[in-house]
Amino acid sequence: MTTLMAILIGTFYAAAIYMMLRRSVVKLVIGLILLSNAANLLIFTVAGLERGTPPLIPKGQDVIVGAAADPLAQAVILTSIVIGFGVLAFAVVLIHRACEVVQTDDMNEMKGTD
Amino acid sequence: MLIAVLSCFILACFAPWVHRLGGRQSGWLLSLLPAALFVYFASLLPEVSQGGQLQFAYPWFPGLQIQLSFLIDGLSLLFALLITGIGFFILVYGGRYLEGHQSLGRFYIFLLGFMGSMLGLVLSDNLISLFVFWELTTITSFMLIGFNHEQEDARKKAHQGLMVTVLGGLALMTGLILLGLAAGSFELSTILASGTLTEHSLYLPMLLLILLGTFTKSAQTPFHFWLPNAMAAPTPVSAYLHSATMVKAGVYLMARLHPSLGGSEAWLLILTLFGAVTMVTGIFLASRATGIKRVLAYSTVMALGTLTMLLGLGTEKAALAAVTFLLAHALYKGALFMIAGILDHSAGVKDFRDVGGLRSSMPATTAVAILASLSLAGIIPLFGFVGKELLLEAVLSASIWQIGLTVATLVANIMVVLVAAIMALTPWFGKTVETPKKPHDPNVALLIGPALLAVLGLLFGLVPALAADGILTAAASAVYGQPVTLGLSLWHGINLPLMLTISSLILGLIMFRFWAGWRHMTRFMQTAEKFGPEVIYERLMLGMTSFASWQTKTLQNGYLRNYLITTLGTVIIIVGWALLRVQHLELHISFDDIKIHEFAIVALLILSAIIAVVVRSFLAAVAMLGALGFGVALLYVFFSAVDVGITQVLVETITVLLLVLVLYRLPEFRSLSSTANRIRDAIIAGATGLLMTVLVLAITGARQLEGISEYFLQNSGPLGHGRNVVNVILVDFRALDTLGELFVLALVAIGVYAMIHLRTGALPVTNSDRRAAFNFRRAQKEKSKAEQQTKETGESS
Repeated sequence: MTTLMAILIGTFYAAAIYMMLRRSVVKLVIGLILLSNAANLLIFTVAGLERGTPPLIPKGQDVIVGAAADPLAQAVILTSIVIGFGVLAFAVVLIHRACEVVQTDDMNEMKGTD
Repeated sequence: MLIAVLSCFILACFAPWVHRLGGRQSGWLLSLLPAALFVYFASLLPEVSQGGQLQFAYPWFPGLQIQLSFLIDGLSLLFALLITGIGFFILVYGGRYLEGHQSLGRFYIFLLGFMGSMLGLVLSDNLISLFVFWELTTITSFMLIGFNHEQEDARKKAHQGLMVTVLGGLALMTGLILLGLAAGSFELSTILASGTLTEHSLYLPMLLLILLGTFTKSAQTPFHFWLPNAMAAPTPVSAYLHSATMVKAGVYLMARLHPSLGGSEAWLLILTLFGAVTMVTGIFLASRATGIKRVLAYSTVMALGTLTMLLGLGTEKAALAAVTFLLAHALYKGALFMIAGILDHSAGVKDFRDVGGLRSSMPATTAVAILASLSLAGIIPLFGFVGKELLLEAVLSASIWQIGLTVATLVANIMVVLVAAIMALTPWFGKTVETPKKPHDPNVALLIGPALLAVLGLLFGLVPALAADGILTAAASAVYGQPVTLGLSLWHGINLPLMLTISSLILGLIMFRFWAGWRHMTRFMQTAEKFGPEVIYERLMLGMTSFASWQTKTLQNGYLRNYLITTLGTVIIIVGWALLRVQHLELHISFDDIKIHEFAIVALLILSAIIAVVVRSFLAAVAMLGALGFGVALLYVFFSAVDVGITQVLVETITVLLLVLVLYRLPEFRSLSSTANRIRDAIIAGATGLLMTVLVLAITGARQLEGISEYFLQNSGPLGHGRNVVNVILVDFRALDTLGELFVLALVAIGVYAMIHLRTGALPVTNSDRRAAFNFRRAQKEKSKAEQQTKETGESS
């Protein structure tokens, strides 16, 4: 399964980078979304994939007996999803404003400072 | 001892207030500190002149073996006395010279700071702290040279001095570190006591680096050009920097390290050669100059060359000659610079050609100038004579190039006599020339310094034993590394050096008679200067700035795309190279344990990612992103990350809404890039993707250390009292991180709110209006662009 995930992550990265290299600023946003998904999956996969063993302590016990998925990686991804969303929201509004002000979505024309 | 060094810096901080308090007499007030320090150092004389050494150590960075330690022996005490003694006169003199100058307070700050740095430099026992003080003198002297910062010229000259000495400083730092490593200690006292290092394998690089530092600081050819240019500073600064301090720092360091590094072939050859060349170059340029301060500055270059040459010879006699010459030079050069300042201050002249016949209007200054010049010329019975005799004796007994060095010294001496004659005669005798200001003898504050220094030159000349027993023998011993037994005497009998002195005196006076002719005869130098080191320096500086601007334009080109390509290209090359170099790279490729529903989701995800890239409609792309997000959420749930899955679903929903609401107002996708660019981008993107895939496979197969997750699994129940371990981590174990995350979100919210409400100008209201306006403006823009292009082509054809 890890192999499959690795291919998936590679595809996400490739798609994200390709979109970020486009001149249209809207495509840059799409690239960003793909990139954050790719990064999250990367952390997730590298921590090890476990089926059906969430890090939950059963009722009446103090510790998990037996295997459990890596809780730290999950905590990190949770944080990363939320922060990624914050960055995205900011970028989207910023781009929207920028397009309104400079009247273009072509990043080649957004170069100057005037 | 620490107090002695730091007091200068502390007083420097308060100097402007002292200046306001003291008013006209602030120079006298501030000079109390160097006077007190001078007395303190003088009180150490009896012990040091017996050959004693004093050491003081204060811990600074104990972990790095750097301590603030001070070493006082003959050499450092000689310098300390010169720095504080001449510093006293300079403060008194400078206070009056710059009286009424609006930034006199600033002058005091830098001068006192410089004094402290210089003291620290000569007293330091630790190589690191020595280097720190060395750089401090560079910085404070930069401030002093560029004191008249409103003038572009002064700024340029200060910059030049800074660049040259900083360049040397970097080399010096490396050299000193090598020295410390080679000797096994960063304490000078230990290094000097552990004997010579000439056999060490690092000897040559360390010697060359240290010499690069000292040569730039002490203005040895080809770095001599910055010193005369530093004359842009006010005269008190020139007098201080060029008589006893800044430029002698390099000489000090060479003398200091002579017992450890000296005595080798390389030392002998390099120092003697550069010293002799600098000596002749300096005095030759001095004989051609006419600006009063310039003549003196070039003759300082000559003195520095002489000292370097003597240190290169390194014999007992040469060591004694070096310290004697150094003291004599400090005394007369300090005096002469201050007289140059008096000429400027009282008569308004800066050039020897514009002055003459001042003896009747400035009798006291004339007397002092003549006395100091006699010492410069090396005429009996002044101290300069003693120094010069020793110099000739040392050169005559040199172990290499005996004849060459003697001839060079003789030539230099002839021209020194010329310079001395110019200084002693031209301004004071001959036809009276109208000067810009009415000439008069200056205030006592201006005259006391040169007068006392000149008189000291006479006193030491008459009774050389006073200087020798007091400090010079001890200083020479420190340079030589062993106790020096030679004494100083004024009269050595009628011998070869005396003959040489007399002949150089006669020839020098003859040259003085034909000074204008000599300058005319050597006018080829004006052409030669166009190829001199200063021009090379300027070319280098220009080249550096144009290279920097080219590099900035290339790297900082304003295209996000290019930055990404540069960054990703670097990552691909470095990480890819590292992966290729791994000996047994194990990629765990197996498709065994794949369940059918998982495979379906992954295939769906890959498909939607590809569609999102290639699709031409914005809405379709957003829809694909939505599908992709929910698919990823499902993957999280399948692989035991329930919380992550839930969050992903929530965030994905909001993201899609946001994209549709905000970006929908933007224009449709357009094809902007050329096919070639698309292929290039596809290659880079594909390479990055491949790299990440390989990386994941390599990492998952190569876990070497236990993770820290086990701790959280074990303790979230007992310590965190929660069943959901992920939640306990977020709100308990790593609660501060979560708080930081909240702040980030709050900031984003503020930023978004501000951008939405920050309206500039009147903009269309409804969405369709906006889109229409947008498309209209874009069409207009393209139209005008096309028009412009046709216009341009029309014009060009």
